[in-house]
Amino acid sequence: MIDVINLEKKFEDTEVLKGISVTIEKGDIVVVIGPSGSGKSTFLRCLNCMEDPTGGQIIFNGVDIADMKVDINVHRRRMGMVFQHFNLFYNKTVIQNIMLAPVLVQCQDLSRAKRRNVWLRVTNLFRKGPARREPVSIDTTKAKIKAQAHENALCLLRRIGLEDKADVYPSTLSGGQKQRVAIIRSLAMNPDVILFDEPTSALDPEMVGEVLDLMKALAKEGMTMIIVTHEMGFAREVANKVIFIDDGKILESAPPAEFFGAPKNPRLKEFLSKVLA
Amino acid sequence: MGNFPQKVDRFIESFIHQNGYVRVLEGLQNTLLIAVAGLVIGILIGTLIATARVIPKYKVLPRILNGFCSFYVGLFRGTPMVVQLLVFYYVMLPLLGARMTGVQVSILVFGLNSGAYISEIMRSGILSVDHGQMEAGRAVGLSFGTTMVKIVIPQAVKNILPTLGNEFIALVKETSVVSFVGATDLYVAFNYMGSNTYEFMVPYLVMALIYILLVLIISAGIKIMERSLRKSDRRH
Repeated sequence: MIDVINLEKKFEDTEVLKGISVTIEKGDIVVVIGPSGSGKSTFLRCLNCMEDPTGGQIIFNGVDIADMKVDINVHRRRMGMVFQHFNLFYNKTVIQNIMLAPVLVQCQDLSRAKRRNVWLRVTNLFRKGPARREPVSIDTTKAKIKAQAHENALCLLRRIGLEDKADVYPSTLSGGQKQRVAIIRSLAMNPDVILFDEPTSALDPEMVGEVLDLMKALAKEGMTMIIVTHEMGFAREVANKVIFIDDGKILESAPPAEFFGAPKNPRLKEFLSKVLA
Repeated sequence: MGNFPQKVDRFIESFIHQNGYVRVLEGLQNTLLIAVAGLVIGILIGTLIATARVIPKYKVLPRILNGFCSFYVGLFRGTPMVVQLLVFYYVMLPLLGARMTGVQVSILVFGLNSGAYISEIMRSGILSVDHGQMEAGRAVGLSFGTTMVKIVIPQAVKNILPTLGNEFIALVKETSVVSFVGATDLYVAFNYMGSNTYEFMVPYLVMALIYILLVLIISAGIKIMERSLRKSDRRH
């Protein structure tokens, strides 16, 4: 589903990613680990072009999204992202946070379709017989889109047991609640893949569990996930592929049993001995 | 000061019986019209400029826009409001062959001028919003513009509301220079009453009181707005 080919990223003169190639299939749970400053977060942020790659290709659903000419917004809708610091929209209530993007995107599509139909009707005046083109039929309205998004958002909130928080502002939620809302906010767009950028690093230890549980549930449902984390236990239990990045390169990539059981790369051995001690 | 009561009587006489109040009301209306319309135009221009100046500048177009905006801000902050009014009224209008009343010119110049100041206020507001908000908006597939309008600017406005209030108050007070282009404002109205009666003490005193009253009302209004916008915070 995602083919990363020789991805490079430079900030000014510092080379952060030095040619990363990896293939991610549908349903993969890929965990990326590595020491701080190794480029693992930059790698994740390059995947949806939060940082524009300076070299290489990212083929997502058959399109090279590293190409600056591509309309990145369209592809980001298929690619959710969860941040270390949650980044909920602070001026919106919880349910508005979840509904915002689906409603806006669908309403934009709706008005585009309407404009196109008007254009077709006008140009049809100058076309004769068979050359005429049928306007597409539009069977939805803004109100319907909103109602459906609201329904869907409530459904997602019920799933994480926070439906009573639907109308409060994010500033009143705990860290774990914020992160779970952030996760279902990205789910509301029905993405093909979700990127997690250290989702539990800013949480109190007692709240890490609830977020990891939600991520495990998503994994079980077959969601494709790419996760940068320091939670080794989670990586071992949930991932089907673990990648070790250091100094901007992939040094080892293996299923978790092999990755943690029989690491080959000396730097990975050293890293694991430090974090698992 | 001995004849102060007489002066007050004289003022009341001219205010009520010689139709002074008609002019004062007209002046008050123009003062408020120029300040409010100027503020609205200023906020629109200021927001546009501020947004243009925070667009990431990898490409050529944002750079050109940024250069133009810097020029605009420099121009309008670099000259006094009175000079701008005079230049607009006595230089630009004849050159363009356009006809505008003093009030219309004042609204336009006040809007353009406060746009320059508000753009900097707005820019600092936008920069005060956590960068993660923009990232989160972009990550769900919204465009830069949509994220700006729906997420960043509402939060920025909340942060800059007190400063924006300052700007509005400054605008209200600065309207006292529009008599330079022949618009009737509060100053013109009271000045007229003064010259009619050869007595300036009471009219100017009342004028000052009206200005203070206006500013107090505006401050109270801003406080109410601020409180309602702070609903999403836990600071009160």
